[in-house]
Amino acid sequence: MLRYVLRRLGFLVLTLILTSMIIFAMTQLLPGDTARVILGREAGEGALEALREELGLNDPLPLQYGNWLIHFFTGDWGVSFSTRSAILPLLMGRLRNSLMLTVVILFMSIPFAILLGLSAGLREGKLLDNLISVGSLSVVGLPEFVSGLVLIQIFAFGLGWFPANSSIRIGSSFLEALPMLILPALTATLVLLAYVARLTRAGVIEELKQPYVRTADLKGLPRRTVILKHVLRNALTPTITVIAISFGWMISGLIVVENVFNYPGLGRMLLFAIERRDLPLLQGVTMLTVVGFALANLAADLIYATLTPRIRLS
Amino acid sequence: MIRVALGAASTSTRRLKIIIAALFQRPSSSVGVIIVILFAFLSIFGPALAPYGPNEQIAADARQSPSIKHWFGTDQLGRDVFSRVILGAREVLSLAGLGTLVAVFFGSFIGMLSGYFGGFLDEVIMRLFDSLLALPAMLLALLLLGTLGPSPGGLLIVISVVYTPIVARVVRSVVLRTKTKAFVDAARLQGESLGNILFREIFPSTLPVLAVEASLRFSYAIFLVSSLGFLGVGVQPPSPDWGLMVKESRAFVTQMPWAMYFPAGAIAVVVIGVNLAADGLRKALQDD
Repeated sequence: MLRYVLRRLGFLVLTLILTSMIIFAMTQLLPGDTARVILGREAGEGALEALREELGLNDPLPLQYGNWLIHFFTGDWGVSFSTRSAILPLLMGRLRNSLMLTVVILFMSIPFAILLGLSAGLREGKLLDNLISVGSLSVVGLPEFVSGLVLIQIFAFGLGWFPANSSIRIGSSFLEALPMLILPALTATLVLLAYVARLTRAGVIEELKQPYVRTADLKGLPRRTVILKHVLRNALTPTITVIAISFGWMISGLIVVENVFNYPGLGRMLLFAIERRDLPLLQGVTMLTVVGFALANLAADLIYATLTPRIRLS
Repeated sequence: MIRVALGAASTSTRRLKIIIAALFQRPSSSVGVIIVILFAFLSIFGPALAPYGPNEQIAADARQSPSIKHWFGTDQLGRDVFSRVILGAREVLSLAGLGTLVAVFFGSFIGMLSGYFGGFLDEVIMRLFDSLLALPAMLLALLLLGTLGPSPGGLLIVISVVYTPIVARVVRSVVLRTKTKAFVDAARLQGESLGNILFREIFPSTLPVLAVEASLRFSYAIFLVSSLGFLGVGVQPPSPDWGLMVKESRAFVTQMPWAMYFPAGAIAVVVIGVNLAADGLRKALQDD
């Protein structure tokens, strides 16, 4: 197990280094002169040159990249051009908000998705299965901003149960924020729900064909026991990987959802940074997201390896 | 030799007929195919069908609810929503379609080379693609658009960069399985050229998987283009891009919901249609 963990950690570091290079390279291509962005249009060439020298913008690119990476790992993420505040504390507040939303999404989607996938898988080819399959295919395709706006129309404008705007106060507690989290979470849940349900269904159908299920049936175990104790347990292992894969999907979805509901998380910040062409902020948000994504993947891999010992050996 | 070629041609047309028949056997996939055909038709003949121009402003008719004159009503500027939805089909589908084609072209090319030659080249390409895929798609798209600036060309690059690695991986996995087959060895021993081995012997075996992958990518590309339009970093005004229309009319949704819900509905219908068709295609090829 230790060897497996070490190997996965090695991969993680390698991927992060490559991704950080991609992020750095892309943000370097961003049009515009950083010094001019900071000093404004009226700045003279002398002042611009002095600032470029101070920020290290005249250094060769590999050196700039090295310095940037060191600053990143020592927690010195610089100051945002547009808000003039330190980036790390700013982003930590936003990260907390995004994580609160993620927790609600996971609690809303995973149990329900497994239930749907199990009921569809047990009735393969029947009406309920077809309904769930077509329904989930349709929902998977809906962009979050479309489903989000429909949910706002129904639950905010129509029924008035939840607010249409989720711009929570910075630093508000989870319970305070919860009513405003429901609609954005529901929007993201729809997509995740459909996706996880489809894959659980596939897992259940696959497991039901295994000889051990027939053995269990023939030795007279009640169907309930066979399903819950044997089939579901084995069918769920791929589901865990699926949940990990869908982290990437969830992050993509969260970026849109946060902007639909005006929720102050990392996704809203990302768009803000792009709109303002705020280079250090953009780098900070993307790096933080990528590190979070990589750690989530690692966690899922390790859980998976613990559950299925044969993975570790291959 | 000619007879062999003819035989191959007729079996492949027969297979195509079987696949098309299978597509229409399932109600869900025939609905999908019909939707796709309908919107393809709209994006070709849209300009001839739309009663008004995309940016024709009829000030006297502004903010009207759906009527005989304006089927989907008008927006805050007095533009006919029905015409804009119809004309938007070309905008959205051509960008998504072209981006998908580019991704499929480069993806299958790179995937074939990487899978066939293996070794160091394969290792480098796959590591690079792994790290591109380590960025969530929307994050990568926004990062690229932030760099390139919002333009149709930028969007095209975004779709290709986001989806090329995925297509390449899928094609590579098929090539890895195919290249060990006897007919490939036979071709090599006969002294066939590399191009012939790659494109005439191996490439056809990737086609079923590639077709399904391409149709899935197409639906995600529509998804991506309209989401980026909605976020305001994709296609810019005054284009009748559906995502952009939703964004622009959102502020007026309580007074004139039609201006937002018709373009939003168009996105939903197209994406669901392409998904159902892609799923049908996958099942049809599986049965085949």
